[in-house]
Amino acid sequence: MEFIIAPLRYEFFLRGLLAAILIGSLCGVIGVFIVLRGMSYIGHGLSHAVFGGAVVSYLMNLNFYIGAGFWGFISALLIKRITKTKKIGADAAIGIITTASFALGVALISRVRRFTRNLEAALFGNILGVTAEDLYVIAAVLTISFIAIFLLYKELLFTTFDKETAEVFGVDTDRVDTFFSLILAAAIIASMQVIGVTLIAAALVIPAITARLLTDSFHKMIILSLLFGMLTAIAGMYASYYLNAASGATIVLVATFLFSIVIGVTEISKTRKKKLV
Amino acid sequence: MRPIVEMLDVSCIYEDLSVLHGVNLNLYAGQFAGIVGPTGSGKTTLLKTILGMVRPAKGRIAINDGDRPVNGRRPGFIGYVPQLEAVELSFPVTVEQVIMMGRYGVMGWLPWPGRQDRKKVADLLEQLRIGECAGRHIHELSGGQLQRVFLARALIGEPRLLLLDEPTSGVDVNTQHDILHLLGELNHKGMTILLATHDLNSVAAHLPWIICFQRKVIAQGPPDKVFTPEILRLTYNAEMLVIREGRFMLMTHATPLLHETHGHGRPPEKD
Ligand SMILES: Nc1ncnc2c1ncn2[C@@H]1O[C@H](COP(=O)(O)OP(=O)(O)OP(=O)(O)O)[C@@H](O)[C@H]1O
Ligand SMILES: [Mg+2]
Repeated sequence: MEFIIAPLRYEFFLRGLLAAILIGSLCGVIGVFIVLRGMSYIGHGLSHAVFGGAVVSYLMNLNFYIGAGFWGFISALLIKRITKTKKIGADAAIGIITTASFALGVALISRVRRFTRNLEAALFGNILGVTAEDLYVIAAVLTISFIAIFLLYKELLFTTFDKETAEVFGVDTDRVDTFFSLILAAAIIASMQVIGVTLIAAALVIPAITARLLTDSFHKMIILSLLFGMLTAIAGMYASYYLNAASGATIVLVATFLFSIVIGVTEISKTRKKKLV
Repeated sequence: MRPIVEMLDVSCIYEDLSVLHGVNLNLYAGQFAGIVGPTGSGKTTLLKTILGMVRPAKGRIAINDGDRPVNGRRPGFIGYVPQLEAVELSFPVTVEQVIMMGRYGVMGWLPWPGRQDRKKVADLLEQLRIGECAGRHIHELSGGQLQRVFLARALIGEPRLLLLDEPTSGVDVNTQHDILHLLGELNHKGMTILLATHDLNSVAAHLPWIICFQRKVIAQGPPDKVFTPEILRLTYNAEMLVIREGRFMLMTHATPLLHETHGHGRPPEKD
């Protein structure tokens, strides 16, 4: 017990743990839609794009959430728009926008050398530096996203399954897509200070594919992915505390470890079944 | 009364490929019609144009309810069964969940279906004789069961007009017969039905009206009027043989039997 309680005496750990749990759950749920639509690259791209916005808002002394938020929403809408162009592959188009934005961030950093750990945090995350304001923002994004996903669940499911047909059945798929891009951008911005640009894509994808291996049902996949996101956040936080390793990276490693176990077990049981038949 | 689907000089272009070229087609309420034509002739595109999924580059399309033009997207008006190749079978949903999608327009705001929704789905599954599949994942079904699942998704909204894209591809002759027979019954009860297919022989036996299509309407009429070697040649750019036997008709490609002219591909003969 002491093992679990000891770190909780530090406020920074407690805040970090809360932030990690909230973000793990949020990314777990959103990740399901991302994985099933084959959009894994979008999480990666968008998080890099937002980095540019973070640097610009820092330079202009804007509040991080306002600057990066504005930038993120614009990038999300741009990406959605470009995805409609058939000639350029969506992944390539996204690659252009997001890497350009990321490059802008890096270029600005290299010119102005008064950068502090804030930007390092944006790149690699800084769970232990989570402030109360960060926690409020994360909690608000999570609440709004979950309510919205609950209310739009049917439309989201149909659009994810078969966008063209969903439209014929009266689903406003454009609205669903816009709404989803906005939620995704909000989740990325909220997660950025905590797990960092470079690890967001992993937090979005790994719990969802792990869940996919274990179920053939959509809502169960969402619930499992949420649980995995949450549990790996907790386990990762403790591991990082005791191993004295970077928290964001440790969480991702724990999630990857869980994924490897699950894929190992499911593959073995599949081969067993085949042998029995 | 105006036709339920009215297409006037409709043309469609994908990038720079012209797919539909001056299509004039009226479909009247109560009709049961089949579109046939070669691969790539634009059958799917024609259905998608009617559904509003593809915008015509030229021409006019109207969907009418009696004398009034209506929006085809309004719940309960048009049902659609897509070509199965367009469906992502590995997606984690069960049969019941897929069919429920057809009720989203009329369901309550909660994410899960109510008791009445589930009863409707169960009844329909029974009616289509796939009741035992309700809880199964969609990749665990045979081709014929899968066709019925997507048919059920379209039927659950009780549409006035039903469009189907190759509803009998990839199933055996009995299932083909079953599906077309079922559609015939629905048509009897008043549903207007338009389907696209490659299966000339079974539509000749089941459907009262055939539309031969190749970028535009080549000919239309009852099967015995349009399934002639001349019209089939125009539609398929190939010589076709039409055999009539009493009330039955059989169409086939009129090439010489290739395996006889070439003579290979058999196991060695014993002496
Ligand atoms: N989304 C698209 N973008 C570009 N070209 C397309 C698209 N969809 C179809 N086409 C082209 O339009 C033509 C007509 O296609 P369509 O799918 O309507 O034919 P079809 O008659 O349904 O064929 P099949 O019998 O093989 O289903 C084809 O040449 C096809 O390559
Ligand atoms: Mg087709």
